[in-house]
Amino acid sequence: MLLFFEQLLNGVQFGMMLFLMAAGLTLVVGIMNLINLAHGALYMVGAFLAVTFSLLTGSYLLAVGLAVACTALIGLAIEFLVLRPLYSRDHLDQVLCTFGLILFLNELTRFIWGATPLRLDIPAWLDYSVSLAGIDYPGYRLIVILASVAVAIGLYFLIGHTRIGMLIRAGASDRKMIIGLGVNIALLYSLIFALGAGLAALAGILAAPIFTVQVGMGDHILILTLVVIVIGGIGSVRGSFAAAIVVGVIDTLGRVMLPSGFGNVIIYLLMAVILFWRPRGLFPSHA
Amino acid sequence: MGYKKCLAAITLAALAGAAGAQEVKIGLVTTLTGPLGALGKHVRDGFELGVAEAGGKLGGLSTEVIVEDDQLRPDVALQAANKLIERNKVQVITGVIFSNVAMAIAKPAIDNEVFFISPNAGPSQLAGKQCSPYFFATAWQNDQPHQAMGEYLQEQGVKKVYLIAPNYTAGKDALRGFKRAYKGAIVGETYAAMNQLDFAAEISKIRAAKPDALYVFLSGGMGINFTKQYAQANLTNEIPMYSAFTIDSITLPAIGDAAVGTYQTNLWNADLPNKANRHFVESFQKKYGYLPSNFAAQSYDTARLLDSALREAGGASNKKAFAAALKKAHFESVRGSFSFNTNNFPIGNFYLLKVVKQADGTVRQVTEKTALVDAKDAYYAECRM
Amino acid sequence: MPESTSLFRSALFDSLVSAPPEKRYPVEFWLGALFFILLACVPWLASFLGEPFYVRLLMRMMIFSIMALSLNLILGYGGMVSFGHSMFVGVAAYVVGILGYHAYEANALAIGPFQIQGSLNALFTWPIAVAATALVALMLGAVVLRTSGLYFIMITLALAQMLYFLAVSMEDYGGEDGLQVMGTQMLGNLDLSHRTTLYYVVWVCLCGVFLGCRTLVNSRFGLVLKASRQNADRLRAIGLPVFWYKLVAFVISGAIAGLAGVLLVSSQSFVSPADMAWTRSGDLIVMVVIGGMGSLFGPVLGAFFYLAAEYVLGNITEYWQMIMGPLLIVIVLYARTGIVGVFLGAGERKNRI
Repeated sequence: MLLFFEQLLNGVQFGMMLFLMAAGLTLVVGIMNLINLAHGALYMVGAFLAVTFSLLTGSYLLAVGLAVACTALIGLAIEFLVLRPLYSRDHLDQVLCTFGLILFLNELTRFIWGATPLRLDIPAWLDYSVSLAGIDYPGYRLIVILASVAVAIGLYFLIGHTRIGMLIRAGASDRKMIIGLGVNIALLYSLIFALGAGLAALAGILAAPIFTVQVGMGDHILILTLVVIVIGGIGSVRGSFAAAIVVGVIDTLGRVMLPSGFGNVIIYLLMAVILFWRPRGLFPSHA
Repeated sequence: MGYKKCLAAITLAALAGAAGAQEVKIGLVTTLTGPLGALGKHVRDGFELGVAEAGGKLGGLSTEVIVEDDQLRPDVALQAANKLIERNKVQVITGVIFSNVAMAIAKPAIDNEVFFISPNAGPSQLAGKQCSPYFFATAWQNDQPHQAMGEYLQEQGVKKVYLIAPNYTAGKDALRGFKRAYKGAIVGETYAAMNQLDFAAEISKIRAAKPDALYVFLSGGMGINFTKQYAQANLTNEIPMYSAFTIDSITLPAIGDAAVGTYQTNLWNADLPNKANRHFVESFQKKYGYLPSNFAAQSYDTARLLDSALREAGGASNKKAFAAALKKAHFESVRGSFSFNTNNFPIGNFYLLKVVKQADGTVRQVTEKTALVDAKDAYYAECRM
Repeated sequence: MPESTSLFRSALFDSLVSAPPEKRYPVEFWLGALFFILLACVPWLASFLGEPFYVRLLMRMMIFSIMALSLNLILGYGGMVSFGHSMFVGVAAYVVGILGYHAYEANALAIGPFQIQGSLNALFTWPIAVAATALVALMLGAVVLRTSGLYFIMITLALAQMLYFLAVSMEDYGGEDGLQVMGTQMLGNLDLSHRTTLYYVVWVCLCGVFLGCRTLVNSRFGLVLKASRQNADRLRAIGLPVFWYKLVAFVISGAIAGLAGVLLVSSQSFVSPADMAWTRSGDLIVMVVIGGMGSLFGPVLGAFFYLAAEYVLGNITEYWQMIMGPLLIVIVLYARTGIVGVFLGAGERKNRI
């Protein structure tokens, strides 16, 4: 029984990491109506930048801040150069362009940092164990859960209780209307994209000590993230929170409880089932 | 007029043919791009060091090495191999790291009588039923390091072992190889999903099963993730982690202190004391500025094997003589003792390595002892050569 | 409901027997004919130049052209962005590969109570492979075509992943290492291990597929398909069962991809799960778009261009994807009509929502 609860905790924690990725992407896809496959590449760039800044400054927190800011700026540059013409295009064009971005960013990263995997060290005060019911649970993972919850709360306040949040929600419901009402949509989009990029970078940096920092690390997490936002409902942060936990738990429990071989496909089956029952996801944000 | 042209053409062809006999063309098909591109880099650098040390002339023949990237995709590798065989007219293909790539290009190479010398991939099919005089493996048969560790743990009297490997053919073969030699109790056998990132669930299972030792085969990023997460769960000292193909000098910097106290088997380590190896490690570091891995060492050995065989046979054009010269393996391997078995797979030692933290804070693998002496693979009896 | 089904049936019948609306032979027609004639001359040219490798390279390009043409039916004309197209290629390839494996090993394949003898006779295995693929397309299409937009993309991606992992799990057939086809495949009296023979078989298939697609696209069926991409609701409003049209297109597209699959496994003598990966589907989408979506010649040119670029760029630098990425972006942003559009003025206009 204890093992089951431990696995449940593992699942929730994995889900929380997925939420960080999904939150940024669901905003971009839902509000800007832009399928951004390069979200995983931004996750990778954030992690690599954190490694470099950590080696340069010697301080973990400083490295995190710098890397997130830097990635947000890179996001702005990408938005301005590549993505602006895509807002009026159909989804296929967006998929292709952002796929081209993935190729470019992956190779650029390999060019700059090399093919060998890297390591992001966490400071000693984060590297501890917590004794939960007799087992040693890595404290860092609890920190990741706390950070994700903090981000969730922050997004909740941002979207629900600020002016910008109001614009975001209005944009998700009816984009043409708020353009008609005179909102500077270009600025709003840039901000949202930068926010998405920053969240992706944060996810990459938080994940780096647990996972590997290597070229292409964003590709697999991208698929998981897309599954989460589709299950949760595109454009809904609340939906991606719920979906992330569900995906994390089912994936974790499925891997240990089902016969091997199902571990790879359980998430896809889950997505197919949920789409069959609720074709717009669990919490669709559009009317 | 036409007669003169004809004569000129024949003379040119004859000269070209003669010139061709004085040079050797080698195709190096390896994985340079993608998450596992570091391995291809090591393989290429190791081979090119071997060629450079021979003055650019393996076996005294002017050598051309044509490098192709297989992107870890069998169809890309197949296209590259066909191009090398048909357009570039190579006599030897080498550089292949992964078994699925090896299986894709084995047939065209062998069908066209091109020598395929694999510096890493050692699929069981090519060691057994599909062995060929044109195929040589200079590293190992894929099951061997797992078998070596199984034998070591059996010898040490370890009672209960938990196994974990990825859920595909290589993973299942690996654990089968381990179980061939280890006869104790297997308290758990888990297959991880491919490209899995988070092993917290598997680690919880391992902890609950309370084995005496853990045996792991998880390559690339999976190995890095698992080792880090295993250490974060504070299990490294409680349940010692033994592995193969999981921790090596490429992944070790990415794992860091989390690997300290773990054990691996490998056919080579940078601190092996034989003369050839000391020279190799020193020259490699000097030329490329980083520490070689076993992949670089295996590839270097391949270049030196080719050098010795080409010298002995006087070239690769007489295929029978060249094959015979290759089989003799008259070269100083960086592994120590080296010879070929009847199926053209190596007979060599396997070492037990341990990761330790050095005085300067870096982590390194040191050789504890020789785990197996002159080990042979389990498939050679099936080879009818 | 019954009315729309009979309307569908008559439309389907019409579309299969109707001739193209206007008979005209513009420049594109002659250029296209020239292209195919040149392709037919390649084996002769290659042996003259002493470069047999080019036969292999161009054969691969033709096979991918067939894949791209099939994808174009549902993507270019039908507007369905499918990331699972390569699974049809893979299913057919594996059927031929598995039957060939059992023939070589001289043992029978047991499925439940049935014992199926292996075979290297292409006249037997190829139709079975294509039929199996069409069946798979029918079953999957019935489920998948209820969704659209990003959901459709994700579902096709998920299906592709599931089939990929299924192929990896088939240890008897090589799993991740892939399956080699030993032994010689025979198509009637034709020895398919002979490269030139296989080249012409592929050439004939490409011509057939091209002409078939041309007929289909210019028929009433094609008209409905193109209209369904622009505004499916309007079609439903006038009583056409859009879902069935899309499903038929999906099945035809899958079957043609299956044909490409059997040709692929014959040319490689090898099939592996990598032939079914979702990244391969992505490559096909890129080919269709680069060539020119919604045109007949576009996918063919796109496939040729993409594979040629991969070959040439790969020889220039190992960082060729750093060039391919921005190239793709530039083409999609500024040359959206693809090669066909830019050079021939044909194909669709830029998409505006």
